[in-house]
Amino acid sequence: MDITTKNTEAPPPSPQPTEAESKRAARGATRPGDRIFLGLSRGSGILLLVVMAAIAVFLTYRATLAISKDHGNFLTTLEWNTGVNPPTFGIAVLAYGTVISSIIAMVIAVPIAVSIALFLTHYAPRRLSGPISYVIDLLAAVPSIVYGLWGALILVPNLNGLFGWLNDYFGWTGFFSWDEGAPRSMLTVGILLAIMILPIITNVSREVFRQAPLMHQEAALALGATRWEVIRMSVLPFGRSGVISASMLGLGRALGETMAVATVLSPDFLIHLSLLNPGGGTFAQNIASKFGEANEFGRDALIASGLVLFVITLLVNGAARLIIARRKEYSGANA
Amino acid sequence: MSHAAVTEERPSTLRGASLPVWSPWAIAAGSVVVAVLLGLVAGIDSRVQWGLIAGLLFLAGTYGIAAKVEGRRQAKDRIATSLVWVAFLLAVVPLVSLVWTTVARGVKVLDLYFLTHSMGIVADSQPGGGIYHAIIGSLEQVGLATLMAAPIGVLTAIYLVEYGRGGLARAVTFFVDVMTGIPSVVAGLFILSLMLIFEMEPFGFAGSLALAILMVPVVVRSTEEMLKLVPNELREASLALGVPKWRTILKVVLPTSIGGITTGIMLAIARIAGETAPVLLLVFGNRFINNNPFEGAQQSLPLYIYQQYANSAGANAAYDRAWAASLTLIAFVMILNLLARGIARWKAPKSGR
Repeated sequence: MDITTKNTEAPPPSPQPTEAESKRAARGATRPGDRIFLGLSRGSGILLLVVMAAIAVFLTYRATLAISKDHGNFLTTLEWNTGVNPPTFGIAVLAYGTVISSIIAMVIAVPIAVSIALFLTHYAPRRLSGPISYVIDLLAAVPSIVYGLWGALILVPNLNGLFGWLNDYFGWTGFFSWDEGAPRSMLTVGILLAIMILPIITNVSREVFRQAPLMHQEAALALGATRWEVIRMSVLPFGRSGVISASMLGLGRALGETMAVATVLSPDFLIHLSLLNPGGGTFAQNIASKFGEANEFGRDALIASGLVLFVITLLVNGAARLIIARRKEYSGANA
Repeated sequence: MSHAAVTEERPSTLRGASLPVWSPWAIAAGSVVVAVLLGLVAGIDSRVQWGLIAGLLFLAGTYGIAAKVEGRRQAKDRIATSLVWVAFLLAVVPLVSLVWTTVARGVKVLDLYFLTHSMGIVADSQPGGGIYHAIIGSLEQVGLATLMAAPIGVLTAIYLVEYGRGGLARAVTFFVDVMTGIPSVVAGLFILSLMLIFEMEPFGFAGSLALAILMVPVVVRSTEEMLKLVPNELREASLALGVPKWRTILKVVLPTSIGGITTGIMLAIARIAGETAPVLLLVFGNRFINNNPFEGAQQSLPLYIYQQYANSAGANAAYDRAWAASLTLIAFVMILNLLARGIARWKAPKSGR
């Protein structure tokens, strides 16, 4: 093997032609069967690109139809009246609600999910860790509407105590003041979203932590590090990009979550400073709640708001890919 | 003081003093007792607050005692350990509650009658009725979506792994990643925009199209991983015997990885079976049985749950039906998951050597 690769200067006649041939074979231009098969598989790849382009094009087309007739400012109006003439609607409330609820969800879910992942890989007794991972895998598959039903009928009534306590001690900040309404607010949505994205973030982080190089960990242990120091110095740095990508996956799901938010939130079209008082809305929730009563123009307006959601999720996903790609280059622990 | 007494107190100079193994349990028990006492004295009646106080006491106690006996580094280690345990227990509570309530409330009305009757003559606020129409709708929509998405997904993955070099493959990889992140409601809106242009009424197949868009990237990703696991020696052996590449893929590569591919497809089915938003926008829901996915509104299980919850104005009968439908849906998804994992284990590709 070594000899043939080094002797390219004085070649036996074979290397050049085989390379060309393998290239041709890779293109599948030799036999009709190959050509058909390559055409099919390449065609389905191209179909995916076409669908993506079509999504962008058609959403933009319908959205411009709606926005061109919008009497208010599409970005800043605090109103969603599409059934009247002239129609007035804007996405300010939705954008705020989507961002706030996702931030709350991330703040709650990421530390807990990372802890659970560490628990499964480094703390739990081995007999426990297997079944628990399995159960968390299954929980990731629970449909969001079931989370929504559970959130609306079980979680909401149980949050009165927490909300009262937050109001008592942190009400002065304004963010946690509460007027004793049903706890169907942004914070509730955030908590429910956190519970929903927990299994996904945990799953991905767990896989990453499991791959952390054992040599580094044993070296740290041999130097007298405690278990926490091992994790802080060798496992977490190795897993950082994985945790980031896991969080971005969770964030993507939180941003686009529809039914769970629609069942739990009692929406209105105002921006509330308090996270505890009911009100506000998110893009996806607004689409689901307003769709039933919307006429054709109203549907176009909803499509316009969906387009914004689409762009936001694209940006989040793109950012995640960039971060991962960059971290990969610097991560020394690829072995 | 004799030398022997000193060594008895400190068995090894290398390890330093350490707390006994049972100390975390003791501290936990102590903090729970103190928290309960505090709660009783201060008149706090919320169990959650008792738990929180106990947790804080436990953390503080652990840190204090360990720092005194074992030193700061060990104390930090113990804090990290207990935080990780606390996080785990904290997360278990809602997840267990979710599964428990679904099962406990779901079995109330779940019986053969419920599975074989529709909501045709039953008002939402009355007891009775069932999910037969929703099951039919779900099976047809998800089935059609799978028929579209599975071949496209597998072929795309074959293209990426077996043929793909250069710009097109990179673009496809990138956009598969992007498609994975599309919210389900946006996929629904896309098909809706087409339906608005062609002035169509809601029907089952429109939902299938949106579900297929959501399913394809999942299938591509998992199939890609599986194809990459097929040892190159197998491909080379087949090609060296003069077998054309397409036959190599069909007869060698795919059979080797078929278990994993099936698993991926089943997991993707499990994912789209629970999607509500696109179905809400495109299939609209129906109280009656509609067996034809190509004409007229249909029902589907997730949408049925939502409508029972949202349109019933708090009637208990409707909530019972919603829970029972949730249990059916979860059971369906879980069985698919378990089957998929079983197949994965049974048909796992044998490693190269």
